[in-house]
This record gives sequence, C-alpha cells and structure tokens, in this order.
Amino acid sequence: MQQILTYCKRGCNVMYTSVRTGAWVVGLLGALVAVTLVSATIGPVAIGVRSVADIALAALLGGATEAPESHRTIVVSIRLPRIVLGAVVGFALAAAGTVMQGFFRNPMADPSIVGVSAGAATGAVAVIVAPIALPVALPVAAFVGALIAAFGVYALASEGGRTPVGTLLLAGVAVQTFLGAVVSFMLVSAGRDLREAIYWLMGHLQHSTWTEAGVAAAVVVPGFLGLLVYARDLNVLLLGEEDAGSLGIEVERSKRLLLAVSSLLTAAAVAVAGVIGFVGLVVPHIMRLLVGPDHRILLPTSALAGAAFLVATDTVARAGPAELPVGIVTAAVGAPFFLYLLRKREVRTP
Amino acid sequence: MTAAIDVDGVSVALAGVTVLDSVSTSVDEGQFVGLVGPNGAGKTTLLRTITGALAPDRGTVHVAGEDVAALGSRATSRLVASVPQSTALAFEFPVSHVVAMGRTPHIGRFGTRTAADREAVDAAMERAAVTDLADRPVTEVSGGERQRVFLARALAQDTPVLLLDEPTSDLDVNHQVRTLDIVSDLVAEGRTVVAAIHDLDLAARYCDELRLLYDGRIQASGPPASVLTDATVEAAFGARARVVEHPVTGSMSVTAFGSDGATADGRVHVVAGGGAATPLLHHLDAAGFECSVGAVSADDPDAETARAIDADLVTVPPYAPVDDEARAAVVDRLRRADAVVVADVTVAAGNRPVLDAVHEADVPVVVVDGRPIDARNLAGAAGRRLDARLRTRGRVVDDDPAAVVAAVRRVVGGGAGDADTDPDSRTAEADPRP
Repeated sequence: MQQILTYCKRGCNVMYTSVRTGAWVVGLLGALVAVTLVSATIGPVAIGVRSVADIALAALLGGATEAPESHRTIVVSIRLPRIVLGAVVGFALAAAGTVMQGFFRNPMADPSIVGVSAGAATGAVAVIVAPIALPVALPVAAFVGALIAAFGVYALASEGGRTPVGTLLLAGVAVQTFLGAVVSFMLVSAGRDLREAIYWLMGHLQHSTWTEAGVAAAVVVPGFLGLLVYARDLNVLLLGEEDAGSLGIEVERSKRLLLAVSSLLTAAAVAVAGVIGFVGLVVPHIMRLLVGPDHRILLPTSALAGAAFLVATDTVARAGPAELPVGIVTAAVGAPFFLYLLRKREVRTP
Repeated sequence: MTAAIDVDGVSVALAGVTVLDSVSTSVDEGQFVGLVGPNGAGKTTLLRTITGALAPDRGTVHVAGEDVAALGSRATSRLVASVPQSTALAFEFPVSHVVAMGRTPHIGRFGTRTAADREAVDAAMERAAVTDLADRPVTEVSGGERQRVFLARALAQDTPVLLLDEPTSDLDVNHQVRTLDIVSDLVAEGRTVVAAIHDLDLAARYCDELRLLYDGRIQASGPPASVLTDATVEAAFGARARVVEHPVTGSMSVTAFGSDGATADGRVHVVAGGGAATPLLHHLDAAGFECSVGAVSADDPDAETARAIDADLVTVPPYAPVDDEARAAVVDRLRRADAVVVADVTVAAGNRPVLDAVHEADVPVVVVDGRPIDARNLAGAAGRRLDARLRTRGRVVDDDPAAVVAAVRRVVGGGAGDADTDPDSRTAEADPRP
C-alpha cells in the first residue's frame, strides 16, 4: 500500500512539474502584459489603461479604436516599441544570466562574465568618441565588440579541446579589466562626446524603435529556444562535468553551445540597450528561489520575469520629471532587494 | 567468456607525474572486482580511464568489446555507470530528480521521460533505499545518504558495467554492508562491477577478485586470499600487517600495525593460553621478533595464532597437563630466548610447570598486567605465590600489545631505561646560559 502510494506520488510529481511550469509561465506572461499596459499609460501625456488596451488590440488585430490619433501615435510609435525592446532585453539578460550561473556553478556569474558587456562597451564607445564618423552603426559596433570579446575569452581559456570553467572565469575577469581600461582611456580623451558615451554605458531604452525591437527579438527568440533544448544538459552539468560526461552529455560541445548562445543573447541586449546591470544577476536568483533549480522551469520563468522586471524599472526610470538611465534604476532597486534576500539567507551561496 | 572490461597497457601522467604505468588487466563479465591500494595509488585514475573521462596517454580500454576512446560519451554512458567518490552539489535538486538524471543516456534531446524511465527510477530508489528521501533536496541529505542517492542514479542508468569509487567511505557499518549487499546482488544478476575500496576487509569479503594497485602498476591480481598477504600488504601500504582469516566472515582480514621504521631483532618466548596472547603475538611478529610459544593446548586459539605467524610452537594434547617432555621443550626455548613474556593467562596445575620454568630461567621476564590474579588462579595459594614471584622478578606492563612490545624491545636491547631521558638534564639543556 505504502509503495502504491509512493508510486502515485511519483507519477503525480511528474505531471505536477509540467503543470507547475505551465502555471508559472502563464502567470508571468499575465504579469508581463499587465506591466506593459500600465507602463504604456505612464508618461507626459496620461492615457487610460482602457484606451491603451484598445489601441494595442487595434494595432495587433487591425480594426478601429475610439482613441484620438495623437494617443495612438504615442502608444504605438513611442511607448510600445520602448516597452517591447525593454521586455526583449530583460528577457535576454535574465535567460543568459540563468545559464551562466548554472554553467559556472557560481552565484556571482552574470551574463557579462565572459567579457560580453566590456566588449560591447569598447565597440560602442569607440564609435561614439571616434574623431571621424565610422561607417558602422553604434549597435552593430557594440554587437561585434561583444562577440569578439566573448570569443577571445573562450579562445584564451581553451587548451587541447577543453575549456576549464575556472580558467574561463579568470580569463573573463582579466579581459573585462583590460577592456575597462581601454574604455576609460577613450572616455578620458572623449571631449565633447563624453556625455553621450557615459549615457550609453549606463544603459538606456529611450528613442527605441520597432526596428531595434524586431532585430533584437530576431536574435533573442531563436537563441532562447536553443537554450531551452539544452536545459536538461545544463541540469546534468550542475552535477559536475565528469559526472555529466558519464551520463552521456557531450560536455565540451554542450558548454560551447551554451556559452555561445547566451553570449549572443547578451550581445544583442547590450548592443541595443547598453550595459544594464543586475537583471541578469538578481532575477535568476529570485526565480531559483521560487521554482527550484530545474532549468526546464527556471529558464523560461527567469526570462519572463526578467522581461517584466525591466519593463517595470524602465517605467520608473522615465516616470520622473527627468528621465534616468534604466541601468541606474535596475541597480538601485535590485541591489537592496538582493541584499535583503541574502540577509534572510534565502539566497544560498553554493 | 568475453572480458567485460579490458585494460591494455594504459599509462597516464597527471601534471607530469606518472600515475599509471602501462597497466593491463581484464575483468570478466559478471564479476565483482575490488581495486585496492594505498591513497594516491591511481585507483580513481584507473576508474576514470574506464569511463572514458580520462584519455590514457598510451594503451587502450575496451568495455564490452568497444574501444572507449572511440565511443562518444552517450554510447559509453549506456555501457558504464559510475558512482563518484565525492560530489559537489550546489543546487537544490530533489533526490528523485538527481536519480532521474541517471536516465539521461536513454532519453533523446527532444524526448521526454516514458513510463519505463519512471519505473527504472523508482526501482533504483527502492533498491538503494532512498525512496523516503525522494522529495528532499539533495544538498540537505547526509553524506552517507548522498552516496546512496548516487548509487541509485547509477542503477537507474541501467548499464552492464558499474564502477564505484569508494562507495562505502561515508557510510556507517550497517549501510556499508547493505550497500555492498546490493552491489553483490547486481553482480549475481550478471552485471560487472569494479569498485575502489579502501577497506581491505570489506574488499576481501565481497569481491570475487582483487587488483592491488601501487607504484602505478597492478602488483597482484586474483582472489582475495592470494592478493592479500602479509608481504603484499606490507609492500603496498608500507605498514606491517597481518592477514588472517576472519573468524566470522571466513574472508581475509587485515590488521595493520603502522611502521616505525625499526625492525626489531631477537627471540621472544610467550607463555600463552586461552587466546590471551593472540593480539600480542601478532604485534611481536609485526615488530620483527622471532617468537616461540608454549606450552599450550594444540587446539588453543593462541596455538592457532602461533601457527599463523609461523612461531616455534610447543603444544600438549587438548586438556592434558604440561608433561616433562613439554616442559623440557619450553626450557629449551627459554634458553634460546632473549626475553619471555607471560601473557594474561590462567594459572592452573596444568601450566604451573611452564611458569616455574620461566621463573627459574636466566632470561628477562615481561609480565602482562591483565586480570587480577584471583580472577585467573585455579592453583590456590601456590598459584598466587608463583604469580607474585614472577611479578617481582620481571617487568610488569599494562595489558596493551604495543606497550608490551615496547617493554620487550627495551629488555632485549639490554639497556633498560635508555629511552627515558632524565627530566632534569633536559631542563638544563633547554636553559642556555652564557
């Protein structure tokens, strides 16, 4: 009898897992939609939630709306692109952060740990401060810089077909430090462009366009699906590489793929929004607390929570009389909350 | 019969140090082979070459006829499961999830767990006795429980070959035996198991065969009784050791005495009986003394021990008193001895002639201070007198084999008190005055 009960419990648990994943995903999607609607009402021109919903539905499905033309323009061409871009960036950063923390088995890992942000900053600041106009757009330079830095770190840390995680971490820190020096040097000699460069570095979402949002989403969505396919490998990798190998995971190949795709996601996010800290570090910790360490649940929930979080913080950033770079708000909100969790011992340091 | 595992000329150097030096061995299907040897002998390294986690610098490893180096991780993981020695788990997966990870080799990238997978996981948890822990985070179970969780994971992996690296190191006595019983059952079902086991007694008791690994090579190979001998254990572990048959399990049992580097030299006669001298005889023998024993009853446990250590044994038939012939034999041994030890024996009419002979012999005497005389005296006032005389004549030592060996060393060395430094002179030395 006891055994039958236990078996039932097991079976239920398996079903429970997928139901739970579904419930979390639906809940977080709801939260994201709610945050989006509320965010779109806020700004110099106050527009009611109902009008916003009306306008959004009309824009999505086609059809008429009673809202004034000016409101429609504000919502569809100014606020929504920014919100969607924020959602995509938050989604990408939180997903990449989740993967990096698992990959490095290190709670301090964030999406930029292999030098992605430092590389993007180098590319972006170079374009901003260059005395002559370079023939590349700023986001492209940032994107390329990010990928070069990540690949460089990977190559530096690899030897004989293996890439020890510890070496990767140290190489990442060293490269970040070096590129930090390069960026500082460029800032010192920036002159009139200093303000724009600083602004970019702090992370920002203003003047977002549908094009930016679309391009970012085109990179982020397929990349995320790729990561999701490897979620089970990531779980097994948490047991340690040798164990993972003995369970049939092609360790080096999985590591390469996870690293490449999460770097790509981060690069896409940083290229369009600058260096936005803390989303990729804190959101995965909070979600791990709520849903557990299984990446098949953690990865989608973290990504959605990151999206909602960034949309919310960006709303705060632009709600005041003077707009703040969103990176300041994420850090200012995220760090104290994280410290609170840390003090309560809710976040464990492995 | 095909070899389940065939290791051929495998050499491995880690960080420039040769760990395995052209090791060759094979394990037959359905055998339980124990890998024994001192710490750092390369047991784990050898296991890692079999899982394919470590590519040997030279040589090949075949599992079920397949070259491990040529197989991918996935194919290998369907042939070999391993239970690691230690695991660093930072993330709070429930125990059932960790066990379910054992199914990874059987599930495709886009596949999901089938009913068969779930059954395999449940059966593995049941078998390793971790079903009750299923929902606990694996980070919060004890070290011993965690070892069983990883055994369950390996069982769920359902492979013909199972490798265990110190599977019992964190387990209590009960779970050590239970774990090895599970492993024995698996072997009985036809699986092949190789386990690195540091507990030589357990290895001898459970394994069909042993491989003794040290100095980068397999130095002995075969059934436990042939692999574990005084000489092999001493050579491998650098400790003086005695290998005897265990009275309960009937398998080989190893007792190590440690090595102080000094090999004693001399002949010691031991007055034994009733098993009182058995530990002492092993210690004296291990310390390098040549022993004679007697006279004891031929079926006495001490006689058994004396035979095991190849001592010069004087016996009398069971229940017979020491006759003149036996007494003469003892006197002869005493004449040639450098010291005599009177163990914590019963004093009775039957062995009084031996004790008298000791008293009269011209040889230093060490008396073991065991039970009070009244508790072991069957010879009345004469027995008490004899005991008192021996105590006056000899050096009385606590009933501790190591202490007795030390005392024997001192009397055989001739310089009684040599080792004791005068505390006053030491103080003076430590006080340098200009």
